[in-house]
Amino acid sequence: MEVLARTLDVTRRYGPVTALDRVALDVRAGELIGFLGPNGAGKTTLVQLLAGLRRPTSGSVELFGGDPRDPARRRRLGTTPQETGLPATLRVSEVVDLAAAHFADPVPTRELVARFGLAGLERRQTGGLSGGQRRRLAVAVAFVGRPDLVLLDEPTVGLDVEARHALWDAVRAFHAGGGTVVLTSHHLDEVEALAERVVVIDEGRVRVDGTLAEVRSQVPARRVRLRAAELPELAGVDRRSSHGDRHELWTADSDALVRGLVTARVPFRDLEVAAASLEEAFLALTSPGVTTAPSTVTKGSR
Amino acid sequence: MSTPTTARLVGIHARYQFTETVRIPIAVIGTTIFPSLSLLFFVVPQPFAHDPAAATAAAAQLAVFAVMSVCLFTYGVGVAEDRALPWDAYLRTLPVGPVPRLVGRLLNGLAFVVLGLVPLVLIAGLLTAATLPPARLAATAVALLAAGVPLFALGISIGYALSTKAALAVAQSLLLPLAFGGGLFLPPDTFPAWLDAISTWLPTRAGRDLVVSATTGASLPGSTLLVLAGWTLLGGSLAVWAYRRDEGRRFR
Repeated sequence: MEVLARTLDVTRRYGPVTALDRVALDVRAGELIGFLGPNGAGKTTLVQLLAGLRRPTSGSVELFGGDPRDPARRRRLGTTPQETGLPATLRVSEVVDLAAAHFADPVPTRELVARFGLAGLERRQTGGLSGGQRRRLAVAVAFVGRPDLVLLDEPTVGLDVEARHALWDAVRAFHAGGGTVVLTSHHLDEVEALAERVVVIDEGRVRVDGTLAEVRSQVPARRVRLRAAELPELAGVDRRSSHGDRHELWTADSDALVRGLVTARVPFRDLEVAAASLEEAFLALTSPGVTTAPSTVTKGSR
Repeated sequence: MSTPTTARLVGIHARYQFTETVRIPIAVIGTTIFPSLSLLFFVVPQPFAHDPAAATAAAAQLAVFAVMSVCLFTYGVGVAEDRALPWDAYLRTLPVGPVPRLVGRLLNGLAFVVLGLVPLVLIAGLLTAATLPPARLAATAVALLAAGVPLFALGISIGYALSTKAALAVAQSLLLPLAFGGGLFLPPDTFPAWLDAISTWLPTRAGRDLVVSATTGASLPGSTLLVLAGWTLLGGSLAVWAYRRDEGRRFR
């Protein structure tokens, strides 16, 4: 499959701070990739490198086969301003028109505005929009040039649930039409809902790069909850937290664990077995030490 | 359909920057009206306002001052402010090089210079003995442009090299020394010898001499064009260096 963007052994430092540490990554046509990581993990720096906003300290970045700092390489790229950084005095239609002017075959302003639920607001200055409307406009401009690849840095920050879902639909529709998407998020449910491939970044390094299922398989897949006055050491428990008689156990094999509980004649009740969420996967991956179970984790550390 | 041409993008960036600025009129009024007010309060009541040569020179000096304040504030502080905004980073991800935005910015600055010069010329023409024969108009415009080039480069350097707060501080601390030292407020023939010696090397002094010469026909010191060229080269190199190393905000 065609590689649209690529980082080769990229390191980026800001003075003494290493934001990215030897990151190697391919973005192939048709993928929907989620960069997941806590704040300051290096996600934004990675997106900025792909968009040509920053230079790597070492290594190289390719976008559509060339240097992303060359404007011609960005013709098939769509990005969104971070936060709600729109010029406050410009009108909605002016912001879209300005972005559209840079592309050979832009989406008509009226159509784009309608697609992102901003119809009727064209004459409004962006400073007079609600936070959610501004955010939608910021995401909308990423799609104005009919791009092949869009980079969405924290696209739904500050949106309510309904607006978030509307935006997810727009992203899914773009992807269904053959578009490639890279989005960053620390909303775990967002990545879980949208991404097919998950890249977990922490402290400037790629911790995991794989499909949603693969990321799940790298971490305890099942969470077992139960109540019991006392719990013996059990085989196959990756992580455990206990509060009084309530226990949460993470394991790769919940069947074996339950059999173990029965065999050990533990007088448990309220047994609950569930698939671990990506959030748990994420926590396990980005907080080294927590996974080196069996250990007791207090409530505060979650 | 084809990729938009640079000329079209220049027009678009110029237009939007202008729109953005004039929708907050007070921001424009500050830089455009100060030279006219200075003329009104510090030149019009003076006896030399009745001397055509002196009055014309005084108006010419203030015209250079108008150019300088636009260069230091619109370009210097304005660029630094823009760089701090996420919108600026967004624009830099569009398939466009620096030229349309830079030229758009240049045209915008010129528009504000003109806005500032109109009342200045009117006041000078109506309330003082200053004269500007039509034959000298073109030469004056060229002289003002030439005087503005090194100041433009200096402003761009400040804007791309410094943060908003630092740019504001640097622009403010350069404004008055460059204005007084360059003879934009008081004519250089009132300077003591030591100040005159320093003044000769300032870009504002060279610009002032050029514009005064264009408006009044006064003879031009031999050093003027050399000093202007030198500052243009220096400011230009600094601006290119600052632009190249710029990556928007420093962190994250």
